Amino acid sequence: MDVIRRLRGSNNEGVLALVLVGFIVAMSIANPTFFTLNTGFSILRSSIVPVIFALGVLIVVVTGGIDVSFAAIAIFAGYATVSFCLNMGFDPGILGIFAIAVGVGSLLGLINGIVIARFNLPTLIVTLGTQGVFFGAMYTYVGAQYYAELPGSMAALATSNLLDVTTSAGRAYLHVLVVPVLLLCVLVAWVLKRTMFGRSLYAIGGDIEAARRAGFLVKRTQVWVYVMVGALAAVAGIVHIVLSRSANPRDLVGGELDIIAAVVLGGASIFGGRGSVIGTVLGVLLVQVIKNSLLLVGVPSAWLRTAVGILLVLGVGIQAVAARRDSRQKRVIDEVDAEQKHEEKVES
Amino acid sequence: MSSDTVSLVPSPVVSANGIFKSFGGVPALVDVSIDLIPGEVHCLAGENGCGKSTLIKIISGVERPDSGEILIDGVSHSHINANAAIKSGIQVIYQDFSLFPNLTVAENIVLTAEVARRRRLYSPASVRPKAEEILRDLGLDLDLDREVSELSVADKQLTAICRALVNDARAIIMDEPTTALTHSEVSRLFALVERLRARGVALMFVSHKLEEVLAISQRLTIMRSGRQIVTGPTTDFDERSISHYMTGREVDESRVVSELDATAPLALELVDLSLAGAYRNISFGLRRGEILGVTGLLGSGRTEIAESLFGVTPADEGQIKVNGAPVRIRSIQDAVSAGIGYVPEDRLSQGLFLEKSIADNIVASSLRSHRTRWGTLSRDAIASTIKHYFHGLKINARNAQAPVRTLSGGNAQRVVLAKWLATSPTVLLLNGPTVGVDVGSKQEILELLRVEAAKGMSVIVISDDAPELVSSCHRVLVIKQGRLTHILEGDEITVDTIQERMSA
Repeated sequence: MDVIRRLRGSNNEGVLALVLVGFIVAMSIANPTFFTLNTGFSILRSSIVPVIFALGVLIVVVTGGIDVSFAAIAIFAGYATVSFCLNMGFDPGILGIFAIAVGVGSLLGLINGIVIARFNLPTLIVTLGTQGVFFGAMYTYVGAQYYAELPGSMAALATSNLLDVTTSAGRAYLHVLVVPVLLLCVLVAWVLKRTMFGRSLYAIGGDIEAARRAGFLVKRTQVWVYVMVGALAAVAGIVHIVLSRSANPRDLVGGELDIIAAVVLGGASIFGGRGSVIGTVLGVLLVQVIKNSLLLVGVPSAWLRTAVGILLVLGVGIQAVAARRDSRQKRVIDEVDAEQKHEEKVES
Repeated sequence: MSSDTVSLVPSPVVSANGIFKSFGGVPALVDVSIDLIPGEVHCLAGENGCGKSTLIKIISGVERPDSGEILIDGVSHSHINANAAIKSGIQVIYQDFSLFPNLTVAENIVLTAEVARRRRLYSPASVRPKAEEILRDLGLDLDLDREVSELSVADKQLTAICRALVNDARAIIMDEPTTALTHSEVSRLFALVERLRARGVALMFVSHKLEEVLAISQRLTIMRSGRQIVTGPTTDFDERSISHYMTGREVDESRVVSELDATAPLALELVDLSLAGAYRNISFGLRRGEILGVTGLLGSGRTEIAESLFGVTPADEGQIKVNGAPVRIRSIQDAVSAGIGYVPEDRLSQGLFLEKSIADNIVASSLRSHRTRWGTLSRDAIASTIKHYFHGLKINARNAQAPVRTLSGGNAQRVVLAKWLATSPTVLLLNGPTVGVDVGSKQEILELLRVEAAKGMSVIVISDDAPELVSSCHRVLVIKQGRLTHILEGDEITVDTIQERMSA
């Protein structure tokens, strides 16, 4: 019983992994071209940006909030950085570029955080508003031009592969950026599980009033959360520009649905207090695999959004049903407890 | 805890001295002094609104007094703040426990102490021994890996007590700790309180249940309307004198039951009602004008039976008859149209619109019977209903427009009652009708039920408060592990028999 409980994971990560594997097996039987290294590597590649976004969204969702401005922050920070470097004609190196973008992203996140914590406003509405503000500000002050050429260091990274395998189906590439994303996952998981900051996010998501009484600095933590989301979004923005080998200010915004669906499917509770990095990564992979396979079986791409939308509603629905079932189980457990107490009394 | 200095009367951990406090010119505390002495349980008793909560807030540093001083280990402070109080070892266990439902028992126990130590990193493995040690010390059996949301109320309370001890509590104040506990859980809590006392912890126990006050405390302070009426060793008091001090009048808890007409028709009949995982084969009849008690331990199925009758969780099998005719109850709507009303256990979240006025709440369930012939609401009819119940039930508020949130427990309960009485139900179910209600209000609520029953309403009281059942019920059903095990009638209905049948 304990083994099953552990395999299942505290947020049903085990179930999710099973669904993912089941889906891959089913697709491979239906269409043998699906089960190839090429498909695998390309799904991993298309998951890189969503995973970074999803880590940010996970952090906010755990505290019981939501952020829908991350895509706007990402493209703002990424595009502004690239535009700045190209116009100034200088290339600070790939780490320098990431540093500038993260600075911009954190600043935009700070605006979200201060507005939300200071005035105690609903997170969805505030970030919906700032999404528009950031996007408009970018068009007005940074520009709307499409850049096909990137600074040298970014262009070099764009063509760096970790693995380069020749298979019967042609050559398969695994992009090098998979590695830093993996490290980022480990880092966020460590912060969430092993630091008091991480635990305070779960505490706030569980019961904000109790967190205050326990001595957590709730407002300061909230501000930090949005700064971190901004920073993560900026990283995702640069990575996206690198992978698409061009800087298009119209990218990313509008794709929030995929990310939020993935995080919710990954077991993070939209009511706060629950969620894990493993679940989130599995959620992103599931969404990507489903999108990929729907394309393979010939579903028109216009229907992909519908499919992801259904997944999101399904994910939230499962959470609600599970919560209701848990409260039923609890009733039975109470009954068992009462029975045991009764037996103890009889013995003594 | 140093026990090197042995003296006959240990000096108090905390004392409040000559405390005055008023809110907006209304005095809440007038010259109140209290000592919390190591190894002693000091009970603070009084009706709702007598100033108990204000006193707790002042001792724990949440509110500051207008005048008077707080002494911690003999050092005087004109006021203290909440953090300083916690650092000095004063812990309050609130009625809502302030736990994190999504975290494990172990983490809940240790987390606040880690915050207080300003730790940056958290290691589940290294803090666990601390939680285990507390459990061992207190001889408790809690699953440290369970999530708090899965625990029963009693276990949540134990978790909160463990957390207080990890923070090196020397004085623990428990605010109405037994309100949500059953008889056997209360005994378990009392055993724990004895162990804490042996460890030299000073305890303050806020309660208005007389039996408990007498059983647990060594010293007793009774308050009424912000004034300290009396303080003294508990052995100097008995139930009668305590309720006299609390209410300022004589309260009679003896059995007052009308003669029931043996030929009265059955208002409600249950035939072999079952719900998987909750209760099995429940059959009984309820006569017109009868007050029927239903009792049992928490989780015995007593609440589920009531919820099935009200359509919250419909029964799987069996039959329900109202006034002799079979009815199908699959939803709350069905129950209401069958003439069944339900005052839930958790009235704050289920029975009331907290932000709305008393008046709106009273008519909330009976709008249908307040229509004019055009189908619009009749203001006159509504006003007269509100007036009738507001005065009839002696709801203590300035006027009927006050929001329900501002009312004390006893008054909020009257509003829920008024709401259902206004629908003139055939059968009224009440779950824990006097939980969290003071002695005076309790008697008045029970008297109201007697009056309504005499007028022909049938009442089911679900409760584990034996004195209340004895005082008001014609018959008492005992539910154990989902089965109806005993039906007590007439002389069999005594506090002792009920408690024995319930847990035996």
